[in-house]
Amino acid sequence: MTQLLLFNVTNGLIIGAFYVLMALGLSLILNLSNVINFAHGGFLVIGGYIAYTITPYIGFWGALLLAPPLTAIIGLAVERVLIRPLYGRDPLYSLLLTFGLAFMIEDGTRFMWGPQGKPVTIPALLAQPLSNDLFFITGYRLFMVAVVMVAVTLLFLLLRYTRLGIRIRAGTLDLETVAALGINVQMLRSLNFAVGIFLAGLSGVLAAGQLGLEPTMGTGLLMPSFIAIIVGGIGSLPGTLVGGLLIGVASGLTAVFFPAASEAVIYVMMAVVLLLRPRGLFGEEGMMS
Amino acid sequence: MSAEQTRKLIALAAIWITLLLAPYWMVPLGGYTALATRVLVLGLAAMSLNFLLGFTGVLSFGHAAYFGLGAYGAGLTLKFLALSTPLALVAGMLLGGVCGALLGTLIVRRRGVYFAMVTIAFGQVFYYIAFQWSSLTGGDDGLRGFSRQPIDLGLFKLDILSDPNNFYYFVLFCFALAAGTMGFILRSPFGRTMIAIRENERRSRFLGIPVERHIWIAFTLSCFFMGFAGALYALVNNFADPRGLHYSQSGDFVMMAVMGGMRSFWGPLLGAAVFVVLQDYLSSITVNWMSFVGLLFVLVVLFFPRGLLGFIQRSKA
Repeated sequence: MTQLLLFNVTNGLIIGAFYVLMALGLSLILNLSNVINFAHGGFLVIGGYIAYTITPYIGFWGALLLAPPLTAIIGLAVERVLIRPLYGRDPLYSLLLTFGLAFMIEDGTRFMWGPQGKPVTIPALLAQPLSNDLFFITGYRLFMVAVVMVAVTLLFLLLRYTRLGIRIRAGTLDLETVAALGINVQMLRSLNFAVGIFLAGLSGVLAAGQLGLEPTMGTGLLMPSFIAIIVGGIGSLPGTLVGGLLIGVASGLTAVFFPAASEAVIYVMMAVVLLLRPRGLFGEEGMMS
Repeated sequence: MSAEQTRKLIALAAIWITLLLAPYWMVPLGGYTALATRVLVLGLAAMSLNFLLGFTGVLSFGHAAYFGLGAYGAGLTLKFLALSTPLALVAGMLLGGVCGALLGTLIVRRRGVYFAMVTIAFGQVFYYIAFQWSSLTGGDDGLRGFSRQPIDLGLFKLDILSDPNNFYYFVLFCFALAAGTMGFILRSPFGRTMIAIRENERRSRFLGIPVERHIWIAFTLSCFFMGFAGALYALVNNFADPRGLHYSQSGDFVMMAVMGGMRSFWGPLLGAAVFVVLQDYLSSITVNWMSFVGLLFVLVVLFFPRGLLGFIQRSKA
């Protein structure tokens, strides 16, 4: 029983780490630009398939380093051409546009790489389980969690200490004042979008190594990321972090006792949070209305 | 009568004549009556969504849930409770509406993108329920094993099962009922208040309008209409599909409303007609129809944000 419990909690934490990576990217874009990026899952898939395509040439480690920035560049182009004209308009439009984009990405990847799942080979070093007792913790899973931790730490350091990060945080609170201070807001939004998509690309590479690749894999991760943001509190990145881990563990634990509800439980959590604390766990007053 | 009123009356007459004669002009144009029926039902759904989106100004991106609930409500009634088409429609409408009313209380305090996010997430709950609860709903395969029943009119029975024209007129009758009610509400003081909230929420609040309660009522009403449309859809297909509850279906509804013109009452019907016919055509000629539908979304947002009717009205002015 303990082992089963431990297994599912670990599983939940690992899945939660994924949600965190996705949700942080979504959250960044949402907070600064007021855009719900429905295509975020699509960018995850792009990241994964880029990794799949370049792994034979530069190996897994090269792909891990190269695929996220490549995805971010694609994201930058998309932001520039399609999303930039929509800033300042009703958020409905960016929502619809990214929704259509998600369709196109899913269908496009299916067209280019085929509907079948593609395996991504991970280094043998990472494929081994830690020990017989802890058979479910493979090196790769630990590695994934480590990468997520490093990425999240770097993100928070970036936001805390660099000029770009400070501007992003200021823009989240009051974009108008930031613009009045002579900062190029368009550029800020583009860079911010690129950082968000970078995180999506990174999750794509990591997910590819664990689950293999399918054109539809991004869609399944999108909804939990939304919920991580709502539970954690809109406008708060630490909240998103906690929210992601929380729903990951919650669905992991529910899988032990009531497997059929393991997906529904995160919605229940969201309902409870909205009922008792409408702004979310770490949300600031007024950010949600 | 002013020229404006006359124009409106003519337009209205033209819409109803087009709808009344649809079985006669669709077939020669290469369509089929069932396609017209589908346009009507999905158009009603898009109009129900637009009741909230276009006239109250809040964006729900999870309305497919209430549409799907209506479909399951009707299907389950026909399968397990009573072999009666009107009863199935009422049951579907109630299921969609009541669930909407309950969740609405949690949703209405949010605005803008947050409103959209919460509606999407709550909408997915019902998708998972329909997907997981296989013993009742048939799970992934959908709910089968029911069919619409003849309508007993006292003197004679109206066969709506095997005669597509009869069924079309039955659906048109239901559509007229719902659209009439919707139009009536929008003309009432309550409907005018909804538009006031859309135009300036803060000012409405200062005027003493209980904004949250009004949005909740509008949300609930729109869910009732949505449930009704969903129940009709179950009758169209004799089948209820879990994908009918999924947020991608919600996206389609929003798209129909936007493409037709959110600011007009009939816009969503036009949008639904274009969308359904286009999807029907695209999926018959290419396997990559999803890309084209996605492209349609992108193009409409970038170039026709006011929708077809908005575009026509502006170029006329």
